[in-house]
Amino acid sequence: MAADMRLPTIQKPVSLTFSAFDRKDLVVPGDVITSDTGFMRGHGTYVDEEKLTASVAGEVQRVDKLICVKPLKTRFNGEVGDVVVGRITEVQQKRWKVETNSRLDSVLLLSSVNLPGGELRRRSAEDELTMREYLQEGDLISAEVQSVFSDGALSLHTRSLKYGKLGQGVLVQLSPSLIKRQKTHFHNLPCGASMILGNNGFVWLYPTPEQLEEEAGGFYTSLEPVSVSDREVISRLRNCLLALAAHKVLLFDTSVLYCYESSVHHQVKDILKPEVMEEIVMLTQQKLLDQEG
Amino acid sequence: MGNVVQRQTRGALRFQLFRKMAGLELLSDQGYRLDGRKATELRKFQARMGVFAQADGSAYLEQGNTKALAVVYGPHEVRGARSRIRHDRAVINCQYSMATFSTAERKRRPHGDRKSTEMSLHLKQTFEAAVMTQLYPRSQIDIYVKILQSDGGNYSVCVNAATLAVIDAGIPMRDYVCACTVGFVDETPLADLCYAEEGGGVSSLALALLPRGGQIALLQMDARLHQDHLEALIEAAMTACKGVSKVLDQVVRQHLQEASVPSAE
Repeated sequence: MAADMRLPTIQKPVSLTFSAFDRKDLVVPGDVITSDTGFMRGHGTYVDEEKLTASVAGEVQRVDKLICVKPLKTRFNGEVGDVVVGRITEVQQKRWKVETNSRLDSVLLLSSVNLPGGELRRRSAEDELTMREYLQEGDLISAEVQSVFSDGALSLHTRSLKYGKLGQGVLVQLSPSLIKRQKTHFHNLPCGASMILGNNGFVWLYPTPEQLEEEAGGFYTSLEPVSVSDREVISRLRNCLLALAAHKVLLFDTSVLYCYESSVHHQVKDILKPEVMEEIVMLTQQKLLDQEG
Repeated sequence: MGNVVQRQTRGALRFQLFRKMAGLELLSDQGYRLDGRKATELRKFQARMGVFAQADGSAYLEQGNTKALAVVYGPHEVRGARSRIRHDRAVINCQYSMATFSTAERKRRPHGDRKSTEMSLHLKQTFEAAVMTQLYPRSQIDIYVKILQSDGGNYSVCVNAATLAVIDAGIPMRDYVCACTVGFVDETPLADLCYAEEGGGVSSLALALLPRGGQIALLQMDARLHQDHLEALIEAAMTACKGVSKVLDQVVRQHLQEASVPSAE
């Protein structure tokens, strides 16, 4: 058996855009941003003796009179309309608790899911008792943020056929800050697989369904065996996502697709090697720059 | 190879300890300490932030021969007892442990003994003073610290490592928390004690400081010291902590430069 060895090296993220050295807008906790009292206090700041002070390490963002500090790495801060992928952690009375990489577990109310049998179905006490039949602990779902509670917890809903329980596929957990906000987060990629880019940094890769299942209300999961070629495409996509994330490239359909295209002449398992990763990400960034014009 | 060298230095330190008991001084007439430092000199720092991908925040810190690894998870939903939930702030949960191979004599229990429990409690108190817990009601922040090699000042190194990990996790803090252990020998305060000095019957004091405001997060002393000397000792500890804060500041800024996403805009 051939063994593969390499020496330890310091990995630097590759970037074709200008390097961000000596940036003035980076602050650390306790740094005074301004002592001018005309500004408003945003996230990541606090007022100490009338001076606006940073409380996290990151980048200062100014919108008119509002000053925020955005940390490099943080948990998911949900907003209404965000698409999330999450895992059921608890089944309670009339609601499910969902782990979404947020500060608190999110809530999926029984009244905000589509039960089999159409829109107008009444929710009876029986439904409350059979909740575990629809979703049980450990199941993965895709959902949309319906509202945000005052303590920061999210309320989700799956009242659309595109949301619901997830069947066979691969979950990749990345940093929420790497996901680019877009019109749609559901993509049928031309390479033969589909992808849900959750705003919370959870990415779901699955084989493209043959036809859209109807009347299932999002609880139908196919248990058909997935073909080897589909599985290979999904594994390649997963490794591409990890490569892009390692070099902090924003994730959206085009960047993932370009990365997939750049990786085709490597074996799937080789994509995880640092030098191959670097090469692929370099090619992807080149393609993205060319496309921008 | 590295292990052998380490064992030798540790052996050498023990030997020095014996010599001290036989009359060798911790502070020479020329003003040098056992390991060649001046009285106010800190040990060499080496640090890395973001060592683990799975945790929300992590850091590795070497202070001389003391090495610590800190990991932060959270803020997340309170796990376990529901009664621990605080409706106005986050709960901080700390666990201090020492690797079984961290000391000259192999440890039986890595954590859970009385000393570790006490240390966990001190870490918790320290970080409750610095982290802005009121921003995250009903949630929990876990801080796990492990000593990989122990050469004195364990509490201080843990606090410094945990500070870096909390910053890496993007959790808001009022300021850095910097800690330092100081001792009092021959009318002179010694900064950042090593194992040989700590064990040598020196009255030592551990101080955790929020350096910019000069607020004390934790002050711990369990030795006897004349009241007249206390002020000088605390003064020396504060100076040392401010030195530590400068080093940590450099580490964080360096990390920020390297890790920030080069924005396309």
